[in-house]
Amino acid sequence: MLKGRALKFGDSISTDHIIPGRYAHLRSNPSELAKHVLEDADPTFAAKVKPGDFVVAGNNFGLGSSREHAALVIKMAGVSAVLAKSVARIFFRNAINSGLPILICDTAKINDGDELEIDLTAGTVRDITNGKELEFNKIPAVMLAILNCGGLIPYIKKYGSFKLE
Amino acid sequence: MGKTLAEKILSQKSQSEAKSGSIVIARVDLAFVQDTTGPLTVKQFQNSGFERLANPTRSVLFMDHAAPSPNYGLSNDHKLLRDFGRQSGATVSEVGGGVCHQIVAESLAKPGDVIIGADSHTVTAGALSAFATGMGSTDVAIALALGETWLRVPESIKIVLSGNFPDGVYGKDLILYLIGQIGADGATYKALEFGGSGVDNMSMSARLTIANMVVEAGAKAGLFASDKITREYLASQGRSNEYQPISSDDDASYEKTINIDMAKLEPMVAKPHTVDNTAPVTEVRGTKINQVVIGTCTNGRLDDLAIAANILRGKKRHPQTRLIIAPASRQVILESIQAGYIQTLIEAEAVILPPGCGPCLGLHQGVLGSGEVCLSTSNRNFRGRMGSPKAFIYLASPATAAASALTGEITDPREVI
Repeated sequence: MLKGRALKFGDSISTDHIIPGRYAHLRSNPSELAKHVLEDADPTFAAKVKPGDFVVAGNNFGLGSSREHAALVIKMAGVSAVLAKSVARIFFRNAINSGLPILICDTAKINDGDELEIDLTAGTVRDITNGKELEFNKIPAVMLAILNCGGLIPYIKKYGSFKLE
Repeated sequence: MGKTLAEKILSQKSQSEAKSGSIVIARVDLAFVQDTTGPLTVKQFQNSGFERLANPTRSVLFMDHAAPSPNYGLSNDHKLLRDFGRQSGATVSEVGGGVCHQIVAESLAKPGDVIIGADSHTVTAGALSAFATGMGSTDVAIALALGETWLRVPESIKIVLSGNFPDGVYGKDLILYLIGQIGADGATYKALEFGGSGVDNMSMSARLTIANMVVEAGAKAGLFASDKITREYLASQGRSNEYQPISSDDDASYEKTINIDMAKLEPMVAKPHTVDNTAPVTEVRGTKINQVVIGTCTNGRLDDLAIAANILRGKKRHPQTRLIIAPASRQVILESIQAGYIQTLIEAEAVILPPGCGPCLGLHQGVLGSGEVCLSTSNRNFRGRMGSPKAFIYLASPATAAASALTGEITDPREVI
């Protein structure tokens, strides 16, 4: 069970909003890189995010570049899950591979600052602030297994290769 | 039931019945990284406990995004990639070789391949009938180690093209039009399959431009069947033996079909700050431009530079508009020199960059300042993409870009050609 505060964003938050190319020289220095997380979408985000918070967004979250650093810096900021109406596919894979849960659900009813409770196994999001409950889309089995291992590297270390069953 | 191109390739590479919606494990024919995603791939490969690449000769490390390196942080990343290349046997494509996607097209991709790259524009190779898709660094690290990856077989949208491009209209205008129609998430998780009579005479260069940008509609792949044009292109690259016919079945099942009459298209732009914010160039005519960029993996090929040179021949750029040319590869710049295009462009007061990604991702070689407006032939105009988050980026074809460099404002290329 995950519990935390919703930090709300709009539609089409690209990987350039999350961590732009002008910081490419910091990619091998993740803790420095993470100071710029979501800077071009909300310059105050890095200062206000607290461990356990959720990034809650609209459509097509994470569109653009394949840079995995976009998922990594969100995880490093202490964000425990990303919720969005829809997610760009490369970002979706990168988040799961980094061990960052990413849930597709109707985020319209969640307001900035709402307290949320997420049950990954049951597939439910409870908005404690407004009392509403949402369901999120099932994650494919192979991705759920990767997420349950904490990411792709621990998954591969455990299983040696991809297992579809 | 027949198969789409995506289903056909993935069935072959997974030795299974790959139907859309199912998940398969597919053999990977080519896996690559570039210099901003590769260092993390190397680290994750080492973390994974694997010691050998599954297929060293089909594993490539490209130095293109920051080439030559503009600062020592990136120089250290380059060093790390070169060291890994030496130890693992992976090919290192050095500074000056060009953009990964162009080199993949020129030398590596062939019909029927599955290609995985740690760069979202890996989809470019779909022009050569390869199932090519971008992934993150860790996915590619594991593909390098195992020689395979898991893929959800995408549903396909069929794009049926008819007619021919009118004067002043190109592949770039077509893909901008399509993205504007379906939106930046109009093809998320899906393959776009291009067909119809309009494709028959379409150059490989135009196909590469179109496939390059399918990811801007969220697509996982953008696929063309192999044909006479594919065969001729491979032959021109000394790779005749790598051709194989591959096409979808007539009774394949598509999520939907979109018809486009190419004869009705007009020059297009994508306005700031999203690629699907498109408009005919006539709508933004007269917008003042500080910098024009012609090149990159989207439009940095020989015929793109030819279009620009033909418009700029004997003329000069507008004094208030900088003109930057980023040829996509060493082959492109060499052929452009031989054809005289580079001389023409320099005489028009353009700056010629080394082959590579140039200013496209805001890292070096033409970074935009606050309030500046750029017209670029690249593929993304997100806020902050090319430098300051307060800059404005328009995307257009090389013809529109060259015409606008002459006048200093967004110009319909049909007025100058």
